[in-house]
Amino acid sequence: MDIFKIIDQFQQIDGDATGRLEYASRRYFMNKVGSKLASAAIPTAFAAIVNKAFAQSAAAVDVLNYALTLEYLEDEFYKGGLAAANLIPASDKSIFMQIGKHESQHVAFLVKALGAKAIAKPMFDFTYKGAFADVFSNYKTFVTVSSALEDTGVRAYKGQAGVLIADPQILEYALQVHSVEARHAAVARRLAATLLGAPAMKGWITGKEGAVPAIYAGEDNMTQGGVNIKGLASKTDAAVTEAFDEPLTKDAVLAIAGPFIKG
Amino acid sequence: MHTNKKYSSDKAEDERASHVNRRLFLSSAGLTTALGTILIVTGCTKEDHQIPGMGDAVDLGSGDIGVLNYAYALEQLEAAFYAKVIDSPFSGMTDMEKTILTDIRDHEIVHREFFKAALADKAIKGLTPNFDGIDFGSRTAVLGAAKLFEDTGVAAYNGAGKLIKDPNYLLLAGKIVSVEARHAAVIRDLINPKSADFAGDDIIDLNGMDKAVAPADILAAVKGYVKDTITGANVGK
Repeated sequence: MDIFKIIDQFQQIDGDATGRLEYASRRYFMNKVGSKLASAAIPTAFAAIVNKAFAQSAAAVDVLNYALTLEYLEDEFYKGGLAAANLIPASDKSIFMQIGKHESQHVAFLVKALGAKAIAKPMFDFTYKGAFADVFSNYKTFVTVSSALEDTGVRAYKGQAGVLIADPQILEYALQVHSVEARHAAVARRLAATLLGAPAMKGWITGKEGAVPAIYAGEDNMTQGGVNIKGLASKTDAAVTEAFDEPLTKDAVLAIAGPFIKG
Repeated sequence: MHTNKKYSSDKAEDERASHVNRRLFLSSAGLTTALGTILIVTGCTKEDHQIPGMGDAVDLGSGDIGVLNYAYALEQLEAAFYAKVIDSPFSGMTDMEKTILTDIRDHEIVHREFFKAALADKAIKGLTPNFDGIDFGSRTAVLGAAKLFEDTGVAAYNGAGKLIKDPNYLLLAGKIVSVEARHAAVIRDLINPKSADFAGDDIIDLNGMDKAVAPADILAAVKGYVKDTITGANVGK
């Protein structure tokens, strides 16, 4: 078997090849090898992965670093919240420990996938230049920011799907993270609804309803696939807008996240 | 309560209104929309095959149309499931549960009708669900089935993403999958409130990622819930 020869050859061209092979395509590789292919076919599978790893375009690297910025932000936010004394009530700890765990996993995955191309972790200001001054001492503020960050994350990943269309495996990873952010968002929103006494705020986004209006701009869109679907199946505007989550551009997300990032 | 009346008459209202709205939707789609144009241009040649002697066979088709029909098939099952949940509520359904399940039903109906209209004459027929194995009187059974459908929907959309060639369709799938993930989280939280289950270790892997499952495996998993035989061998190809 000449897998090692292949790795060596790529290592000479690109010092980071092994890391990218190992991490960016590991799961694809393991799935293929583990489930479907006989051992005799492994060299072929491996060659396919080599091609896939090198197909990771410059555009994909940009998207992954953009994602990493947001994941660093979320990861640090939950670490801060979980470390703060008397902030998260015992009844809700399981939820935030689970969310925090996933954000750490996302950071770890992206750092490994990007290898030497990974950006460094920025410094954060979770008070948002003073707007959320009590974010780590007032549970209402903490949950509000959590729901806002998660909903922003969902919109951010969604906005990049099209950019990744030429990198199918990276696209799939992004989608797999995207839906986890949506799960987080749903529970954070329901907690926020209870704490803020806003029963109209649900796990899904009604119109452009949300704790931080700027983050929900455009969520009331009813034009899907180029067609205005207002009144579809005689459903209310609420139901129609809830049924579709909307993307945000990278610029819009960075404008929202900007005040969190000190540089 | 007035809402009870609303629930009981909803089905008939749905049918009447969806007929009217579908016609409106289709006429506007035919005139000006990007989606309508794309569908006409890329609409694949594969029609739904009725295999002789197997009247219930449904072929999803190929390419992006196949992916859209695949989504349409799954949304049909979900919508039918929640319609039945609301038509015959399990005993002890709380107001909060009824609100949530009614919301989800409406989202799935919107998804179903959206795909049906978007696919127009490329759409597969209406499927006949088979929910015989689900005890609709039991909260545990209904929420358990809901969890399965939502998790399966998320995994299906995640796995179909890389099969889609048109970025507009990919974005549409993205707009829907996160709503399915919200459903999954809320259903899971109803089953085990305030636990880690909304994104539990049973479904999320060590990279913090949801599942992504290929159409063939999803179709095999939902086979027992539909009377028609669905073939999706060419979805995304």
